[in-house]
Amino acid sequence: MLAVVALGVAFAIATTAGARFGLLFLVGLGLGVTLEGLRFGFAGPWRAMIVQRDPRGILAQLLAIGLVAVVAIPLITANGTELAGAHAPVGLAMVGAAFVFGGAMQLVLACGSGTLVNAGSGNPVAVLALPFFVLGSFLGASHLFWWTDLGTLPVVALSGSTGVAATLAGLAIVALVLLFLATPDKRRLPARLWVAAALLAAFALANLVVAGQPWGVVYGLGLWGAKAAQALGADVAAVGFWAAPGNALRLDQSILTDPTSLTNLGLMGGAFLVATWRQGYRQPIPRLPVRAWVTVMVAGLALGYSSRLAFGCNVGAFFSGISTGSLHGWVWFAAAFAGAWVGIKVRPSLGLEARP
Amino acid sequence: MTRAVVMAAAALMVAGLLMLDATVSAAPNPFRAPPLLALGSGQAAGGAHCAALPTR
Repeated sequence: MLAVVALGVAFAIATTAGARFGLLFLVGLGLGVTLEGLRFGFAGPWRAMIVQRDPRGILAQLLAIGLVAVVAIPLITANGTELAGAHAPVGLAMVGAAFVFGGAMQLVLACGSGTLVNAGSGNPVAVLALPFFVLGSFLGASHLFWWTDLGTLPVVALSGSTGVAATLAGLAIVALVLLFLATPDKRRLPARLWVAAALLAAFALANLVVAGQPWGVVYGLGLWGAKAAQALGADVAAVGFWAAPGNALRLDQSILTDPTSLTNLGLMGGAFLVATWRQGYRQPIPRLPVRAWVTVMVAGLALGYSSRLAFGCNVGAFFSGISTGSLHGWVWFAAAFAGAWVGIKVRPSLGLEARP
Repeated sequence: MTRAVVMAAAALMVAGLLMLDATVSAAPNPFRAPPLLALGSGQAAGGAHCAALPTR
């Protein structure tokens, strides 16, 4: 019954806005079902590696990225007009923002996709963080040029077979380092993560082929914030970022024609389906101190703002950046992982978990 | 209180977003929609993505 309703929503989007947009909602739905149903995440596995030396979740992430890279990099190289990679410049603000994002991600225990998936599955922390994430993304986009003016290098993007080889070599080196550091009994991936990585790669490639751009999250959230600001009477179109042709078009058109918004809604919908099927709605809401809820709001704001300056979150920068050959994806990974280490150390003092 | 309340709140947030969008955005027109797949369409990618730094 739930699946029929979800298909009905996709059909309604297709008839209202166009077949491509209905299909993109389905892609997002598939991503949401995969992430929630197979418990595939980004923030949790990074924490598992840092705290328990359990690399399995990150290895699954690297596997999915590698699978996408093998197809996406040659595809973008051969069809550079129709398909765009997640190619962004490395810069001072970008590196600092990725570090902040990594820390904030460990406070909320969710990244961009994780916040949407958790919100869809009824996690109160994510539902509270989401509107602040949206606000932060909007503000970050509005201030983006000021930050990039602090110092930004030209875009570096690998292409062709050389790009695939270099990307796979980089992923293999990271995997070997993780396996070397790992606790011996946590070096083998469970079947669940093999399946999840393959499905995630398939849906990410579908996103690229259908939308013409890689899977992303943050752009859509910033757009939602811009729409809200417009509704409140703000002249958003006058701001540099939103005045750019591609963004001005998105601001004028419905979010039902924006690829990132559609996959974001699909992520929430997919998680909602799985949580309802598992009767997750019966779970009690955790009791947290007031300072924990305040931290969630601040961290949500920081997640949104920093991910905009960092040219993406775990999805837009780490997953899609690396898998489409962008150097900024690798730099983002290093900076955000360092930030995650700090976030994990700070987390107990903010009331977000019991002190050891 | 259970997660059912939170899931309902999330659904309301999405409904609110769609209503807000309908008030400030042009209505979508399915008859002017792009082809099903971007690949092979001959159309340039839009550039509205997290990683895109727009030109000034």
